[in-house]
Amino acid sequence: MAEEVKLFKTWSSPYGLRAVWALKLKGIEYESIDEDHDNKSPQLLQYNPVHKKIPVLIHNGKPVAESLVIVEYIDETWKQNPILPQDPYECATACFWAKFGDEKVLPSIWRVFIQEGKAQEELLGQAMENLKFLEEQLEGKVFFGGEKIGLVDIALGWIANLTCMLEEISGLKLITQEKFPLLFGWMQNFVCTVFVCLNPKPTERPRQLGGLQALDY
Amino acid sequence: GVKYEHKEDDLWNKSDLLLKLNPVHKKIPVLVHNGKPVCESLVAVQYIDEVWKDRSPLLPSRPFDRAHARFWADYIDQKVYQLGKKVTRAKGVVHEAGKKEFIECLKLLEGELGDRPYFGGDTFGYVDVALVPFYSRFGAYETFGNFSIEAECPKLVAWAKRCMDRESVSKSLPDQRKVIEHVTRVRKLEGVES
Repeated sequence: MAEEVKLFKTWSSPYGLRAVWALKLKGIEYESIDEDHDNKSPQLLQYNPVHKKIPVLIHNGKPVAESLVIVEYIDETWKQNPILPQDPYECATACFWAKFGDEKVLPSIWRVFIQEGKAQEELLGQAMENLKFLEEQLEGKVFFGGEKIGLVDIALGWIANLTCMLEEISGLKLITQEKFPLLFGWMQNFVCTVFVCLNPKPTERPRQLGGLQALDY
Repeated sequence: GVKYEHKEDDLWNKSDLLLKLNPVHKKIPVLVHNGKPVCESLVAVQYIDEVWKDRSPLLPSRPFDRAHARFWADYIDQKVYQLGKKVTRAKGVVHEAGKKEFIECLKLLEGELGDRPYFGGDTFGYVDVALVPFYSRFGAYETFGNFSIEAECPKLVAWAKRCMDRESVSKSLPDQRKVIEHVTRVRKLEGVES
């Protein structure tokens, strides 16, 4: 039976991008369905009645929701270019840092950028502490996954996409080469790999966001 | 059936060992296997399932069924603790709204269980492990939420009691009365009226 793979996402959501990157890393052909955040389709609501959100992966008619659950599903279904380590301890470590990214890093960075003045200064400390943990994890590595992109890189890829955009809009520089040299370098490597290496000939013009290219296609 | 050493920690006076093993979150649980720490409860459960895969698997074998189980465990993680906190430790409008959402959450889980003995189907599985610890808090939810979980979700309570027939569950879950006492203390400290 020919495989049918569809992905419900939006053009801007970092969560949707995780599924995109995982599918691209595995070389899986899929149909992309862009949803309107303010006007969700009946199909999306039918496929994800619990959260009513993207991303939702449909594989041969069966839905899988929640971005990291989707990435693990993709990794377990298509065995080429593994995303998660084989070793149980390394796998647990990867899952831990992916969760840390979602539960701590993303909210702490988002809170910094939506505040101003003294409130922003107070929140900055927490964001910096979270980023220091990530910086330590990159010691001796190109990617969080080692030599190649892994689960943690995919989970944290929004840093390369969203943070730069927020810094450009707000004028506040959070991840600089001086403060976080490894994270800074990782961002360049990640952008290069997912955008250039996985999609050398984009079929559509990449979206420009304040001088940066949106990391989807 | 894996032998392990149990170490209790004090929530308000965390040991140096815990802080060393989990410097990121400074929280329990932490599983230590041959000296290496694994943090975050569901990460630890999946680790245990992977390492001792020859005995009583918790996650199903097929990728879609595994994704389904992970989805519901993630839902439990995101919703049950936080909404339960609003039931036991909030007041006024936050409490009332939290209680309504919490009951809806339990009903959704009951719907997912359906007529099966366990969330894992015929056998106790990953989602059962993710949810059953909260049974020890049902007394607290009912006391401070002023409602009956059994009246709202009879199948879910039947499921919980079924799980409690398992020695591994009944011997490890804290007594519901002890949890009510603990929550009462926390409410006093936080200035929430009874």
